[in-house]
Amino acid sequence: MFACNGNVETFVLFRLSDKSEKWIEWILLIATCISAVAIIAILSLLVAFCLPLFTLGRIRGVLSSQWQPSGGYFGILPMCAGSLALSLLALSIAFPAAMGICTLLHVLARGVFNRFLLATVRFMTGIPTVVYGFVSVFLLVPPMREWLGAGTGFSLLTAAFTLSLLILPTIVLVLHARLEQIDPILRLASEALGLTPIQQMRHVLFPVASRGMVVAAVLGMGRAIGDTLISLMVAGNAPQFPVSLYHSIRTLTAHVALVVATDSRSMAYQSVFAAGLGLFLVTGLITLFIRKSGKAGREVRREKGF
Amino acid sequence: MILIRGTVRRCGLLLFVLMASLPGVSSGGSLERFAGLEGKIDIAGGTAHIPVMNDAAKNVMDANPKIRITVAGGGSGIGVQKVGEGLVDIGNTGRALSKEEAEKYGLKSFPFAVDGVAVIVHPENSVKELSSQQVRDIFAGTITNWKQVGGQDAGIHLFTRDEASGTREVFWEKCLKKGATANTANVVPSNGAMKVAVAQDKSAIGYAGIGHVDATVKAVYLDGVVPTQENAMDGSYSVVRKLYMNTKGEPSRLVQAFIDYILSPEGAEITRKHGYIPISR
Repeated sequence: MFACNGNVETFVLFRLSDKSEKWIEWILLIATCISAVAIIAILSLLVAFCLPLFTLGRIRGVLSSQWQPSGGYFGILPMCAGSLALSLLALSIAFPAAMGICTLLHVLARGVFNRFLLATVRFMTGIPTVVYGFVSVFLLVPPMREWLGAGTGFSLLTAAFTLSLLILPTIVLVLHARLEQIDPILRLASEALGLTPIQQMRHVLFPVASRGMVVAAVLGMGRAIGDTLISLMVAGNAPQFPVSLYHSIRTLTAHVALVVATDSRSMAYQSVFAAGLGLFLVTGLITLFIRKSGKAGREVRREKGF
Repeated sequence: MILIRGTVRRCGLLLFVLMASLPGVSSGGSLERFAGLEGKIDIAGGTAHIPVMNDAAKNVMDANPKIRITVAGGGSGIGVQKVGEGLVDIGNTGRALSKEEAEKYGLKSFPFAVDGVAVIVHPENSVKELSSQQVRDIFAGTITNWKQVGGQDAGIHLFTRDEASGTREVFWEKCLKKGATANTANVVPSNGAMKVAVAQDKSAIGYAGIGHVDATVKAVYLDGVVPTQENAMDGSYSVVRKLYMNTKGEPSRLVQAFIDYILSPEGAEITRKHGYIPISR
């Protein structure tokens, strides 16, 4: 309710005059154009840098499964797989947790605990990535090594836990904001029907908020796949396919960070741009996929009706 | 502990600066070359160089406030790129420049220190000595258990450095004899991260500059030779490298003064303080 009032006030503030509104429209339009141009520029720059790979017929070497620069192997497929595996795993840990937290926030927790929980999640968004990475290296890696009994503790699973912590607040806050917008009448109606809090959440609020869930998942996934520092510090960086949870893996982002400082005329350096392009495409595909699958769901139609 | 060491270092530095600023004290002599100069020096590159560069920069800036010096890291590869593209004045490398690099950018190298690269393990590891053949087999992944080299029955956890690392390059060339490293090896991005990783893991093996080795890790004897800077200097320990400053063409007067300062007895003292063996003129 509090947040609602705040929203109304800001809304009113912006409505003071039509002139200022026009200004805002213009600013937003310019901002949109700049973002769009930037993305197109990045893509074309990456493609331009990758061109030598295509023209010299080296692309097959890059799209192979072994990375051993001293032996002349420059395959980045293990890193593509590593990025995908890590971010999907992190999302599959963080997303259910975020749904649980939102359930607590909206139907179960009341009063001080509710505010405390929300404040904690908001606080989490402000913690720099490097802190998560650093704390993980000292607190999570050694116990993981002991418990798993195999590997060095720098592993896919360790990195996924740390990463899920990083993307959790993003998902929770987006989902929370969407749930806040849902008409209180809907809640009253569902309560009047005698639904328990959990049933309300499961059968009414989450289905109505499905669009928000898709957006939350896309944003969470985007953060997970784009994160460099956590995978660099915790995942172990061995250039191998993610065949088991306790194996060391390398993500595309960490790969770029590790290799970009090499001799700028080497093949390894050129392959970094292919890795960048791969990262760009993977992110784009995931966004597309999640949006598509979200649209296909029947919940969206219900939301539109509502 | 770190706090105390830091304080001691800071006090030492303070004393040092005080002495430098007193007229007539002999150590002030090396800083006199900066008199009348002004401007900015940007330094980037090798991470092993940073403590030495920072201390030297601080002394110079204290002696002559008109000079500003910035020091950044990035690794040897970054050092070459940045100085070559003219983004910084001095690009540091922990390895000699390749012929291509030197020719492409017209770089000039100034070696100022020697640093050995030691094989390190956890302090509780019972293995004290390895032959270079054993080290090669361990990193190639053919020896996978400590028991095979006289240790406990535990799998060996490999740690190596990133592609751009000067430490890795020297280790690969002089210890592994350009042999392959197993793909299962974990890759860490700095000497510091290597130390942290090995200090935590009882089954770990890795390598780091001797200047970085402290009580948290154990340097093993390589072919019976203790990896110390003294042995690195006299040639009995073979896995050594030099630390270089590189400039694009002839350095400017100010940059030349800074390089001369690093190579002066006072600069050598700073280099020694951080665990490296200075090469003086």
